[in-house]
Amino acid sequence: MTGQDGYNLRLYVAGQTPKSIAAIANLKKICEQHLTGNYEIEIVDLMRNPALAQRHQIVAIPTLIRQLPEPLKRIIGDLSNHDKVLVGLDIRPT
Amino acid sequence: MKADTKARAASRRLPVIGKSRTGIAGLDEVTYGGLPKGRPTLLCGSAGCGKTLFGMTFLYNGAVEYGEPGVFLAFEERPEDLIKNVGSLNFDVERLISEKKLAIDHVELERTKIAESGEYDLEGLFIRLGYAIDSIGAKRVVVDTIETLFSGLENEQLLRSELRRLFEWLKEKGVTAIITGERGEGTLTRYGLEEYVADCVILLDNRIHDQLTTRRLRIVKYRGSAHGTNEYPFIIDEQGVTVMPITSSGLEHGAATERVSTGIPDLDQMLEGKGYYKGSSILVSGMAGSGKSTVAAQFADSICASGKRCVYFAMEESPHQVIRNMRSIGIGLQKWVDKNLLRFSARRPSLFGLETHLATMYRDVTDFDPAAVIVDPMSALLNAGASHDVHSMVLRLVDFLKSRGVTALFTNLGTGAGEVANTEIQISSLMDTWLLLYNRETNGEHNRQLYVLKSRGMAHSNQVREFILSSEGIKLRDAYVGPEGFVTGSARLAQEAKDKAASLFREQEMQRRGRERERKRREISAQIEILKAQLESETAEEGLLNREETAREDQLAADRVAMGVSRQTEARPGTPAAKSTTKPKK
Repeated sequence: MTGQDGYNLRLYVAGQTPKSIAAIANLKKICEQHLTGNYEIEIVDLMRNPALAQRHQIVAIPTLIRQLPEPLKRIIGDLSNHDKVLVGLDIRPT
Repeated sequence: MKADTKARAASRRLPVIGKSRTGIAGLDEVTYGGLPKGRPTLLCGSAGCGKTLFGMTFLYNGAVEYGEPGVFLAFEERPEDLIKNVGSLNFDVERLISEKKLAIDHVELERTKIAESGEYDLEGLFIRLGYAIDSIGAKRVVVDTIETLFSGLENEQLLRSELRRLFEWLKEKGVTAIITGERGEGTLTRYGLEEYVADCVILLDNRIHDQLTTRRLRIVKYRGSAHGTNEYPFIIDEQGVTVMPITSSGLEHGAATERVSTGIPDLDQMLEGKGYYKGSSILVSGMAGSGKSTVAAQFADSICASGKRCVYFAMEESPHQVIRNMRSIGIGLQKWVDKNLLRFSARRPSLFGLETHLATMYRDVTDFDPAAVIVDPMSALLNAGASHDVHSMVLRLVDFLKSRGVTALFTNLGTGAGEVANTEIQISSLMDTWLLLYNRETNGEHNRQLYVLKSRGMAHSNQVREFILSSEGIKLRDAYVGPEGFVTGSARLAQEAKDKAASLFREQEMQRRGRERERKRREISAQIEILKAQLESETAEEGLLNREETAREDQLAADRVAMGVSRQTEARPGTPAAKSTTKPKK
């Protein structure tokens, strides 16, 4: 578990596609670099759990959702543009 | 029909396109059976055209009538709004959802809430839709309006390739889909969806002319199938969507020899004693207050009394008003309304455009299946469109009604005074029977008259009749033709009284003259008697005189003889003696 101001991130993918794999890799890299230890990543494979796609309003794959801290933030894409991810997640680069 | 048989004949050799019925009145007719089964159809039109409602009706009918569950993928409206919007059509969407016959998925996309970083695809949407389809075994899908994606996401190129993939995927899934699209400028849809959905394209249109809106539908293309190519008017109201599948009907309707009573015995009498032909069109024209509506109501009353149904399209009066007014002349229409034999359909002509009127009339007729229809007054439709448009509309209405064998009575309000022998909309030639009502002013009062101007296929009366509205309905009086011409109303009564007086007078005069002649005759014969007596006495006198004369002559002769005898010596007897007698006188 993370601290009070820790990040809870959920990444939605659909199977082992190149985009999904790239997104997972990119996300891990960014978190290691900028949120050392203060984050939690949950990966949801919609192929296995398709009902979640509607419940969580997923259209594009991959989609990253910042669950915590609030407010909710969404980023779509394989997260290859790190700067955009940092802006999207509201993380100050260290 | 033709397309159907062709399709059936071909099915032995070649695969033919299957059809999925929409259950929307009229649309299945113009598409010859419905939308292409297992393929996407593009439904495009500007905002407010009814795309969403078309889609919802397609799904609802599929679930309720054809046992095909459906998925509604909504990009614009929330499920609760959708359910509310179609609730007015008595679509119990919530029940269908709980019975797993319908699923609604609302896709929320807001560009401001989404950041993009790197490559992505729309697999999430596919998974959602696929899951919804599989969970209820859907056969029908409506995607409304997928173009919203273009404003929600930045990468247009990617979107296009994903849309292409989506439509291919829908085909593979074998679902019959409706994809809606917003009308673009110069293109069918704003983002050119017609590029991807090529099997069937239907265009909805909402045109405003003279502040009146008319909805129209056109099938732009339908690959592998025949379809109607015209623009068809359609309506959306509390009974859902109705497409009017006729724009021009043929002249193939049969002609019945059966007759229907006009409801006015005296008028039946003028039409060979039998009334109108069944399935014919009747025009009743006349000025305001000449009794057109009454003729119409009598007909409606008689139709209902024979146990058949009738639709009364009231253009200027409310149903209550018509019923009340007709009650005053002894025609009770309320009981037929209560027995569901008479249906009033009251709409102001200016409420909507002509095509919409036509479509609502079509809907009412197909729905109620009446034996007779009344349009009162038809001329009011001029408020809803130009004259030639009204003509074309009435033409189609007449053709449609004839093809169903419905007897139609139209009233037409004439303008100006006197007999109006032409109608503004030139429809008289479409009519089989034309009754002319006039309201003539004589001696300070108006009197109604009725005349059968024409009635095709029967030997009708050529008489002008006086038309009397009484508390027992309509009575037609024989025309009163006297020495002073044709008279009606109190003038007729006066004339009748005058005639009676005159004839009495003539009789008395005759008697008087008879007596006079008798007197003269007697006078003359008396005179003759007198003259006769005179003649007799005259004759008697004459005999007496003659006798006197003869006696005198004899006497003279005798005297002369005696004289001669006395003068015998001087003269020879005979004539010379007479000569000698004159000489001495000189």
